Amino acid sequence: MEPVTSQESALDGQGGTLEVSVWRGTSQGGGYQRFEVPALENQTILDVVSWIQQYVDATLTYRFACRVGMCGSCAMMVNGQPRWTCRTHVKKVLKAGKVQIGPLRNLPVIKDLAADMDPFFDKWVAAGGAHAPSATRDDPIPPVDPEDAIRVEASAGIECINCSICYAACDTVAGNPDYLGPAALQRAWTLLNDAKHDARDQILDAVSGAGGCHNCHSMGSCTTFCPNDLDPMSAIAGLKRETTRAFFRKGRR
Amino acid sequence: MSYARAHPLWLAFVLHRVSGLALALFLPLHFWVLSLALTRPERLDQFLGFTEQPVVKLAEFGLIFLLAVHMFGGLRLMAMEWLPWSAPQKTLAAGAVGVAVLISGTFFLQVV
Repeated sequence: MEPVTSQESALDGQGGTLEVSVWRGTSQGGGYQRFEVPALENQTILDVVSWIQQYVDATLTYRFACRVGMCGSCAMMVNGQPRWTCRTHVKKVLKAGKVQIGPLRNLPVIKDLAADMDPFFDKWVAAGGAHAPSATRDDPIPPVDPEDAIRVEASAGIECINCSICYAACDTVAGNPDYLGPAALQRAWTLLNDAKHDARDQILDAVSGAGGCHNCHSMGSCTTFCPNDLDPMSAIAGLKRETTRAFFRKGRR
Repeated sequence: MSYARAHPLWLAFVLHRVSGLALALFLPLHFWVLSLALTRPERLDQFLGFTEQPVVKLAEFGLIFLLAVHMFGGLRLMAMEWLPWSAPQKTLAAGAVGVAVLISGTFFLQVV
């Protein structure tokens, strides 16, 4: 392959290159392919992937949308860690001029860096993640006090962008494909604490089954890697307490 | 070990799991030795003589370490999952228990 000299590399004033290994393949298998990418002063992992796709190999498949850490589309494994690539600066993860980029762990691969998110979102719904309103549009809007302790619990998880980084980081997901995973369970915890949600019992049923919250070993990788600093592990602990309480309440009746 | 796992909570999980497995392997052996008191007392005395060796003392240190790690790992897990406290509250509580153990332990050592 011809070494690519782009406008960027001429402009950066450093002339350095990054040695980038990118996973290429499909669900049938694949491997890492090496690329040399011009090093820039300001550069994200997503920039690197985009540069390869634009200047070297147009068939490289990956997924992104907003580029500012809001949409949750561009998560990939970077040097073995799940990260949002649009907000991951190359300098932060570069090791001796090298970086390895792969598709998200714990999900099937569609092609190259694009993972199949279906299992992730199916579990989101299976955990009771679809909102069930407790009132119609004709009813008066019930007031919600943002300072209320229960509302504070609900609010803690609402900034989830569905990037699946926690799902990729979780070893329990890796060991048990039926496990609902941190994001779906955190969503369930959020709705459980939402005064306007009307299906609390369904949530408790959904999260206390075989793939539910009690699979969690509190390894904490979800909380460690969440790019939005959310705490799915504590949300799952909340579900553990609430399902246990519901179990004993049922027993007493 | 993947770099992605080298964070404190994951290591605490592994330590808890490994210590639990090691203790599970130790227990049947422990009960078997105790049963010798009833079945073959002379064999037990022979074994107790063997345990005076320094290498066995070292192994006993390892055993106590496993027990301590597993017990406090379990307390940690229960506190983390069953107490809906904030992280600083739990840190303070753990610190208070640690200091209490230290002070009462020092007192206990002076008594015996």
